[in-house]
Amino acid sequence: MSVYQKNEVEEVETSRTLSLIVDNQPGTLARVIGLFSGRGYNIESLTVTEIDKMRNLSRISLVTRGTSMTIEQIKSQLLRIVPVHIVRDLTLEGQFIKSELALVKLVVKGANRVEALRVAETFRARTLDVTLSSFIFELTGKPSKLDAFIDLMRSLGDTEISRTGVSAISRGNKTETKLLDQI
Amino acid sequence: MAINYNSGAEAVIKALVENGVEVIFGYPGGAVLPLYDALFENKNIKHILVRHEQAAVHAAEGYARSTGKVGCVLVTSGPGATNAITGLTDALMDSIPIICLSGQVPTHLIGTDAFQEADTTGISRPCTKHNYLVKDANKLCEIIHKSFVIASSGRPGPVLIDLPKDIQLANVKYVNKVSKIEKHNNVNISNIDKDLIHKVATLLLQAERPIIYGGGGVVNSGPYASKLLTELVNILDCPVTLTLMGLGCVPNTNKNFLGMLGMHGTYEANLAMHNCDVMLNVGARFDDRVTGRLNAFAPNSKKIHIDVDKSSINKVVSVDYGIVGDCKEVLSALIHEVKKLHNQKSIKSKTKWWSQINQWKEKDSLGFKQIGNNIKPQQAIKSLYEKTKNFDTYITTEVGQHQMWAAQYFGFSKPNRWMTSGGLGTMGYGLPSSVGVQIAHPKSLVIDISGEASFLMNMQELSTIVQYKLPVKIFILNNEWMGMVRQWQELNHGSRYSESYTASLPDFVKLAESFGIEGLRVDNINNLETTIDQMIKIKGPVIADIRVEKEENCFPMIPSGAAHNEMILSSDDNHNDTSNEGLALV
Repeated sequence: MSVYQKNEVEEVETSRTLSLIVDNQPGTLARVIGLFSGRGYNIESLTVTEIDKMRNLSRISLVTRGTSMTIEQIKSQLLRIVPVHIVRDLTLEGQFIKSELALVKLVVKGANRVEALRVAETFRARTLDVTLSSFIFELTGKPSKLDAFIDLMRSLGDTEISRTGVSAISRGNKTETKLLDQI
Repeated sequence: MAINYNSGAEAVIKALVENGVEVIFGYPGGAVLPLYDALFENKNIKHILVRHEQAAVHAAEGYARSTGKVGCVLVTSGPGATNAITGLTDALMDSIPIICLSGQVPTHLIGTDAFQEADTTGISRPCTKHNYLVKDANKLCEIIHKSFVIASSGRPGPVLIDLPKDIQLANVKYVNKVSKIEKHNNVNISNIDKDLIHKVATLLLQAERPIIYGGGGVVNSGPYASKLLTELVNILDCPVTLTLMGLGCVPNTNKNFLGMLGMHGTYEANLAMHNCDVMLNVGARFDDRVTGRLNAFAPNSKKIHIDVDKSSINKVVSVDYGIVGDCKEVLSALIHEVKKLHNQKSIKSKTKWWSQINQWKEKDSLGFKQIGNNIKPQQAIKSLYEKTKNFDTYITTEVGQHQMWAAQYFGFSKPNRWMTSGGLGTMGYGLPSSVGVQIAHPKSLVIDISGEASFLMNMQELSTIVQYKLPVKIFILNNEWMGMVRQWQELNHGSRYSESYTASLPDFVKLAESFGIEGLRVDNINNLETTIDQMIKIKGPVIADIRVEKEENCFPMIPSGAAHNEMILSSDDNHNDTSNEGLALV
């Protein structure tokens, strides 16, 4: 069997951030999500909003995980979907910025209120709502920063969390304008 | 000049005509009445009334596969659309261009669980290449034109258009097809990498043990692609094998053709694949029926893969060179390069490789012994081939043992002559498919090679065959078993034949008579040939009930979970118990 082993060695799975430009029409998101569930790929995070009203285009930022062969497969399969126009692999392209927004409700009384405000200040979170027994904080930044903040909040009291998922963009002066014009 | 206003339904029919549709297979219902009204006495489109919507799609597939055109289907909402789903999935798996128009409840009732409402675009999303729900009558014409481009370009596939009844009744300004060719799925076909072609051509010329393996992509690329593939085989003088979907791309009479490969492929084809040093895959997708156990698939070879669909490359087998493009264009560039290089250096001698292959051929893996009076199914197909090879013949099949025997023993000299459900493996495909083939080729000899169990799955189509006077010959290899299920139960489940016996079969001759067509029966080998002659001679449709050896198994076979070099050639072969991994495979 030794000569046949080469395919059995499982390659390491890595996290990849993909950025898709799609038509903003009913069913597009269902096609993308259906592809992932139907073919057994992972979705770790997904955000989608219209970015170009004139051309009716949306961006989907998507974080997935897999071996390089799986990731290549995901990208090619995504391109088969008719309303998917551009699939960019930001992780492969180079440096990029990944940002996320979290809304954190914390129910807290007594001395921990001061502690909560102190932590929020350190993280540069904004306080959006205050009652005598609760706060709502808004925090943006890297997912890892949000994780750390939420962990601290949880240790201070009962929490309720709402996160947007990752939005991503490549660094530097290159834009997609030319690619979008070809659509 | 009067502005050209139509009802939505009229616009749909007009758009179909503009896109070259001559035949549409369908079944009426409440949500498509306006469309049927527009079809009434329409002279440009012939409507074929099937007896079940699944059959409508299979008939359109048969039409499409035997002509290279787009097949067209019309079904009603709800059950009409859900019945069509198997056909659409079949067309998706085998890359067949289909347009399926489905009726839908009026837009204001969508989402209210109205009578015969189903979320058709939701249900069909994963089993179509693309689908539309038309909510704006102004976009109707554009959507239909676009659908034809999507269905037939790149890797072909089915497109469903869901048409709410109010859209069919709305006033629509007809919009003509735009002539510009749209780019779809980001496949830029005309851009073939010259360096890559050079490398691949060099590799093929230097190979000592090359093999070419062609698939359905060659058929889809048009008859010219098949000519080019044969030309390349002849220039390189290398062995060639074809997948189930690719049969006919290289004539069966070509001396380099080793027969089909894969689970029930020939010994020489599979061993040549296993031992090759360079493999050129043209328009096939390394399906699990072909590769056997993946980690033992052609272990010491450089692999080249030509496919129009980028996602097919490196999907299950990682290859050394992937070329994304249409088969005929890539083959034409490749042949050009091979010829150019050939003038500079000679092709490596393949004498050793051929003598090895000839040794494998001596095993005669398709050999069988016709003894006694019982008809061996293999012999039935062989005789059918001998008797029909000089006719203009088209073959459709159902799924199971008879399908594999047909693939093994019937020879195909041209593409588009062999219609079988490869990817999905749909029992009941062949009979409706033969309807579509016969409609497209009214003068030709169309034979549905069938098994008795598969035949029962869509036998309502006999009624369609009779209505349109289609002289289809239904050649049933009747062994009273779901043969392939029985074979797997014998090999993998200790001969515990759970529910695989086809009990309570009809008398097929009387069944034929009840539809007013001819029925023939034969159970003795001595009468087989005269029965086939008789079947061919009869002008109308025929059901031929060929009573064959009941417990015959289909060999050679790569057991599930085994590799190409672990084939079993006959029941007498020592068959190791199937591995646990193998038992889990289908």
